This record gives sequence, structure tokens and C-alpha cells, in this order.
Amino acid sequence: MHELPVIESILKVSLSHGAKNNVQKIMAIHLQVGELSDLEDEWMQRYFDHLSKDSIAAGAVLKIERMPVVMNCEDCRESFQVDIKNVKDIVCPLCQGKNNKLISGREYFIKSMEVL
Amino acid sequence: MDEVRLIEVKEGILADNKKTAEALKQSLKSKKVFMVNLMASPGSGKTSLILKTIEALRKDLTIGVIEADLDSKVDSEKIAAQGIKAVQLKTGGFCHVDATMVAKGLDAMNPDGFDLIFIENVGNLVCPAEVDTGAALDAVILSVPEGDDKPLKYPVIFAAVDVLVVNKMDFMELCDFNLEAMKERVRALNPGIAIFEVSSRTGQGVEEWSNWLKNKVREYQA
Ligand SMILES: Nc1nc2c(ncn2[C@@H]2O[C@H](COP(=O)(O)OP(=O)(O)O)[C@@H](O)[C@H]2O)c(=O)[nH]1
Ligand SMILES: [Mg+2]
Ligand SMILES: [Zn+2]
Repeated sequence: MHELPVIESILKVSLSHGAKNNVQKIMAIHLQVGELSDLEDEWMQRYFDHLSKDSIAAGAVLKIERMPVVMNCEDCRESFQVDIKNVKDIVCPLCQGKNNKLISGREYFIKSMEVL
Repeated sequence: MDEVRLIEVKEGILADNKKTAEALKQSLKSKKVFMVNLMASPGSGKTSLILKTIEALRKDLTIGVIEADLDSKVDSEKIAAQGIKAVQLKTGGFCHVDATMVAKGLDAMNPDGFDLIFIENVGNLVCPAEVDTGAALDAVILSVPEGDDKPLKYPVIFAAVDVLVVNKMDFMELCDFNLEAMKERVRALNPGIAIFEVSSRTGQGVEEWSNWLKNKVREYQA
């Protein structure tokens, strides 16, 4: 249900960078997607194909890299990765603190593009 | 033959929205309008809680509602029937509202003179959590019949909000809802979160929640 606006935004950012760089055709887009995202690679590509079909990004391949969930301990400032789908208790590995803030894991970041 | 080159983009998709949201926050702050982004599943009681809160606070605060829960006018009409200004957003089937849509709603509303504006976000626990609306306070409702495991299934939203309202407390004895376990799960994700237990049917807990909210508004306006 979330695919449409997300993919629309990814396309918008890609096209604006394409225009800035005099790109004829976008061949591939390197994306970093946080592990908290529930979007499947396959569906992202399908939505992308549909939305991009009349643009220079038509046919571009989404190369998706999943990024870990990272939290930061408010007590000792340690940053650590969390396997969020398999843990019940999130504790700081350094001080066992429970005051942890999510700092990444829900991003959609466009790293680079392969273009002609 | 043209050669494939690699260009750096280094841009997140929410960057754009973040800017709009920040601008909204500043503008509302200067007008002393406190905006609350209310998120929850469909049917959890967003409209009911807004109505109850209006009932409790309307003598003290001027309240408005931006209604985004799909394009039917059912909810905004219920609110308008209470003599409260409600603006219906056209979300076009989108699964959440972003700051640009909220800005449009605020334009239609003319926020000057309001103390408190609720956004009733689209009913869904997934994407609204990722998108900054420009609100000063983010709230989520979990209603008892939905089950106490929701913080495990939708950690992002429970980690992102300032306050959780557990609604439909009157269903408690009909469900196997473990309130303490649920709170523990939520606090593990979000230690600073405020939690209220209410029933928008019986009115249980509504006063406590409303007073807390009123204090938030007053602190913000001070
Ligand atoms: N028993 C009970 N029913 C409630 C409560 N809050 C809402 N409801 C009912 O739940 C249904 C959905 O509520 P509504 O406010 O429309 O949910 P929304 O879709 O989140 O806006 C309606 O029939 C309400 O009357 C509550 O605290 N207790
Ligand atoms: Mg509603
Ligand atoms: Zn620590």
C-alpha cells in the first residue's frame, strides 16, 4: 500500500538528477533501503516500471541494498545494530541501557545511478 | 557507442518532505497553533477519540480538524456537526499524508486563532510513521481488539510517536489483551513515550488524556 508514493518519490529524485547531469537514459538506480521497510524488491521494481515507462528511467533496474537498523543509546551514546524482527528487548550492548533511539533503518536513499 | 557512467545522487526520498515539514512547524509555532498527528489502524477510534477530546477541551481551546482518512466525508461531517471546523483532504487513495498535503489543508482551514489542530491520518500503522507531517506531536492509537502484539508487528510507528493512546478499554474483559506486556514492548522501543488508557465509548480516561494534551498545548504556547 505504501509503494506508490515511495516509488514516485524515488523516480522524482532520479529524474531531477538525470536532468541536472544531461542524462539520456537511466540504466540502473542504486538504492539503500532500511530493513524496517516492508516493501519487497520485486514490487518496488514493478511499480517503478509502471511509473517510469514514459521517462528516461524506463527499463532502469533498481539495485537494492538493505540497510541495518541502527539505534543509539541515550545513556552512553553507543550506536549498535539491532535485528529488530527477532528481538523482544532492545538493550545497549555496552551498558545494558534501555533508553535507545532509532537512528536509521527506515530510509530510502538513492546512492547513485548508472546512466548513459 | 555511449558509455555507461555512474553519477552520485546521495539523496533520501524524505528529504523534500522534511523541508516542507520544518517550514510548517515554524509557521505554526509562530502562530501558536499546536498540531497533533493522530495515526492508527482503521476502526481503532481516531474519529471517536477526536470527538471526545473536543468535548473535553472545547471550552478551553479553539480546535480544528484536518481529516485525511480517505476521501469520504463521513468523518469530517461528524466533526463539523459538533460545530468544529473540519477540512477534508483529498488524499487520492494514498496511504498517508505528507507535509505538502497538510499544508494544503491548513490553507483551507486558515489556522490563525486555533489552539489545537488534529490531523486524522489515513488508517494504517505502516507508512504514516515514516513521514513527517509538520505536527508538533505524533500520537498513535492502539485499540484493545487489535491485540497486544501490534508493537511487535509495527515497531516503527511505536518507536516514532510521542504518545500512545490505548482505546476501547471497555473491551478489556472480552479480549486476551495483556496491557502490561504491551506497554513493556512499547517502552523497549520508545522509553520516553507517554501512555494513556481510554474508552471513547464510556469516557474512561478521557479527562486524563485531555488534560495532558491541554498542558502540552499551553507549554507550547507559553
Ligand atoms: N466499545 C467501544 N467502541 C469504540 C470505542 N472507540 C470507538 N469505538 C467504535 O469503533 C468504531 C470505529 O470508530 P472510529 O472512531 O470511526 O474509528 P476510526 O476509523 O479510527 O476513525 C465505531 O463504531 C466507534 O463507535 C471505544 O472506546 N469503545
Ligand atoms: Mg475516522
Ligand atoms: Zn549504553
